[in-house]
Amino acid sequence: MERQDQRIGLLSALPMGVVLLISFLAPMLVIAVFSVMPQKVFSLLHIPDFSSYKLVFTQGYIKSVLWSFGMAMASTVVLFVICWPLAFGMAKVFKGFGIFITIAVVVTLFVSENIRLFGWVLTLMKGGLIEGHLRAWTGLTFEGVLYNTPVIVFGLVYAYFPFMLFPLIQGIAMVPDDARQAAADLGATRRQIFFEVDLPLSAPGIVIGSLLSFVLAAGAMAESKLLGGQTVIVIADEIETAFTYGQNWPLGSALSIILILVIGALSIFGINRVNLDLIMGGRRT
Amino acid sequence: MSREPILRLEGVSKYFGEFTALDSINLEIDEGEFLTIVGPSGSGKTTLIRILVGIEELSNGKIWLWNDRIEAIPANRRPTCMVFQSLALFPHKSVGENIEFPLKLRKQRPENRKARAFELLDLLQLPQSFYQKRINECSGGERQRVALARALAFDPEILFFDEPLSALDFRLRKNLEKELKDLHRRTGKTFVYITHSLEEAMVMSDRIAIMRSGRFEQIAVADEIYARPISRFVAEFMGEVNLFSVKGDDSGNPVGTEIDIQTGGATLDSGMGLVRGALATLMVRPEAVNFLVDDGTADFVVEGVLKAEYALGSRTQYKVKADNGDELAVEKLREDRFFGKVGDRVRLGWNAASAHMITGD
Repeated sequence: MERQDQRIGLLSALPMGVVLLISFLAPMLVIAVFSVMPQKVFSLLHIPDFSSYKLVFTQGYIKSVLWSFGMAMASTVVLFVICWPLAFGMAKVFKGFGIFITIAVVVTLFVSENIRLFGWVLTLMKGGLIEGHLRAWTGLTFEGVLYNTPVIVFGLVYAYFPFMLFPLIQGIAMVPDDARQAAADLGATRRQIFFEVDLPLSAPGIVIGSLLSFVLAAGAMAESKLLGGQTVIVIADEIETAFTYGQNWPLGSALSIILILVIGALSIFGINRVNLDLIMGGRRT
Repeated sequence: MSREPILRLEGVSKYFGEFTALDSINLEIDEGEFLTIVGPSGSGKTTLIRILVGIEELSNGKIWLWNDRIEAIPANRRPTCMVFQSLALFPHKSVGENIEFPLKLRKQRPENRKARAFELLDLLQLPQSFYQKRINECSGGERQRVALARALAFDPEILFFDEPLSALDFRLRKNLEKELKDLHRRTGKTFVYITHSLEEAMVMSDRIAIMRSGRFEQIAVADEIYARPISRFVAEFMGEVNLFSVKGDDSGNPVGTEIDIQTGGATLDSGMGLVRGALATLMVRPEAVNFLVDDGTADFVVEGVLKAEYALGSRTQYKVKADNGDELAVEKLREDRFFGKVGDRVRLGWNAASAHMITGD
């Protein structure tokens, strides 16, 4: 009986398995092989070499990698700090009112990210919503706040807000109220409750939220292009350039592989440290 | 008693909107006593204990711990502590870390904390190897002990318990009740325990407070509450009981109004006497009722038919249907059991000394 169940399980998983293999794994393989091809070739049938990787480390591409990860890290930290109080409120305090915040946050996703970022450009640029109004009303003026790294981080925080908020709500909802009350009863201050109870018990939500926003931010390009105006070139931008203007597929592939490896390693490390079943609604063991 | 109470409540009330959960409660708790607050669910006992530890705020009233008003002090600055119904152990911490938690909060040195944790493991009869164990590797009874050890590590002035044994199976619960009483004796601490189980209260407590819809109905030692409840509510709450509505007759003797109780002509002691026409409830516990054989007599007599017999192990319980339809419970020790058959006509009798007259409602 059990054996039959297993067979049926395998059979029913087969179509999806094939689709995943073709659509997910195959392109990755192609990229991996391209990354060890000589420069500027368009076929996989050359003698492998590591010239692309060498280029990455000698031509300053590593700077883009560092910028991407640095800004992703900064935006993740900022996201955690601003999402925690809101998530806590939505999980524990607001009750029915929380649904309005959920809707408000989700609705922003209905509009394309690029359009929303253009909205911010119009708001923040010199002569835009803010500076324009200030000038019209008071005569004072300042340079626009666009085209620097902080505003890129701001854009990342804005774009990936839901990806931190919702996992955090899930995570905080898993912290039992009486564990917090017991900690207080045993003499814990708010701060101690946060570090001793809230943080460790909501860890699955924190890890998922941080991974999602970090991974997305590390591969993001629109924020640096639109808000940052090319003050810094991020890795995704370099990859795009390599594949398009540069016509150097092996270089683009090598950059992609580096991005994939770093993000993959981080994800595996993070996910191994938390019990995913808990947050996905599985049973507690 | 001239001794200063450790905890004193004056007019403590709690309202949830229109609903009155606690209705001007007064209570004094003596140092070192084991007080159990018993009540059905919804009687306000959980609200009361949560107010006493500071998790819940009161709407009105004053609370003194020794000579200090504490009702406005939050839970984390009160020198009291509670064992939760769910135990509220920290699942991400080991047994040792759970026990050491209150000491860690006070920034005690790790080696002192560890030494104290081992002492407490010993006190609660847990092997020292448990120090490293995860909480989810512990059984229900072991978790109880860990929760107790954690509370004792806090070294509270008063230790509160919110029905921590209710989730355990019967035998384990019975054992832990006795252990808890023993622990109370050995630590000399003040224990305040809430439960809906009278049996639990009887086994452990020095005093029992019976709660009913936000008020104390009766506060007394266990035996007093068992033998002389002040109301039908308390009498019924304290286990199986036979209650009869009675009325004082012309000579002041109680006569049944619903059931035909004969007073057997005996002179009743003064506690049984009623003013003429006064209504009251006559209470007799099942174990005080005897089967009368031949022409045996007693202060009170009821006739009926033996309906059922239940073996309870050490005791046997009988249900007797009185002639007017009311049911009476009778309990005998196994060696004193009644050798009648179901369907037999029986005469039941008991003496005034083992009965109690409830004049409250």
